Amino acid sequence: MTDTPLVIAGKSFTSRFLLGTGKFKNKKDLSDSIESCGSEIVTVALRRIDLERHEENILEYIPPHVTLLTNTSGARNAEEAVRIARLAKASGCGNWVKIEVINDSKYLLPDNQETVKATQILAAEGFVVLPYISPDLYTARALVKAGAATIMPLGSFIGSNQGLKTKELIQVLINEIDLPIVVDAGIGAPSQAAEAMEMGADAVLANTAVATAQNPAALAHAFALAVKAGRIAYLSGLPQKNPMAKASSPLTGFLYDDIPAN
Amino acid sequence: MNIIINGASQQLTSAKNLSDIVSSFCKHSKHVITELNGSIIPPDQWAQTSLKDGDALELVTFVGGG
Repeated sequence: MTDTPLVIAGKSFTSRFLLGTGKFKNKKDLSDSIESCGSEIVTVALRRIDLERHEENILEYIPPHVTLLTNTSGARNAEEAVRIARLAKASGCGNWVKIEVINDSKYLLPDNQETVKATQILAAEGFVVLPYISPDLYTARALVKAGAATIMPLGSFIGSNQGLKTKELIQVLINEIDLPIVVDAGIGAPSQAAEAMEMGADAVLANTAVATAQNPAALAHAFALAVKAGRIAYLSGLPQKNPMAKASSPLTGFLYDDIPAN
Repeated sequence: MNIIINGASQQLTSAKNLSDIVSSFCKHSKHVITELNGSIIPPDQWAQTSLKDGDALELVTFVGGG
């Protein structure tokens, strides 16, 4: 089955699986995982350089053809997110930014209002803005108006591996928002990624599940396959669930004329 | 001269430009982003940017993140 590419801000991608680069035990696991899943967009973060420990730079382990998506993790409000995005752009590594504004340390839920504010400012400055939100129709509409390139609704709490707890709300965004919907956060297994794609999500991002697996590269590959399978299922016109049984084989015209009714 | 680098006070023996600071405090200058007193300084301006007592400098780079 032929598919159209994923297009974000005019750029085409074959892969619909985005990989986060946090929490990997070592850089080899990371580069092997990027290779095995074929992700064309990977997220990174910005941090103060540790002046005592000279760590290797993560960018050395990300192939040059991959689009870098810098997140604004650590930002507690729009102003801080804008500051982080501008710093990332100054590195010369592109202007793609995932807005992530979190000021609740218990649930790590994104602040949708501050995210809209940051998106307005950064989109006006020419950034390609991928905002990470709690799935909410009004926020998503405000983000479209603000110039967002995609909407990234969370499936469940960050790092929880709980899957699509917000499924119905994500479905509303898929139905109503004319931007790519990239399901992010909480996707803990390939089956959950496939489920998101079957619903009509345009792409899925995973990080914790892959990075903390015993064999990250193998799980990254499994995620990529699941995302592809889910996408094909969606394009195939997946039939709806039925409340009752419907026979797959003919039930009449053999030994009996009909199944006896109870 | 005393400057604040990444939130910690650092005593420098002589006046230095930003390029010197980056090479003495960072293993690689590649992908290092500098913010001096809240303003981003691009690498091509590091050599012309001198530091003065009390300056606040941020040295940041990319790390893993989701």
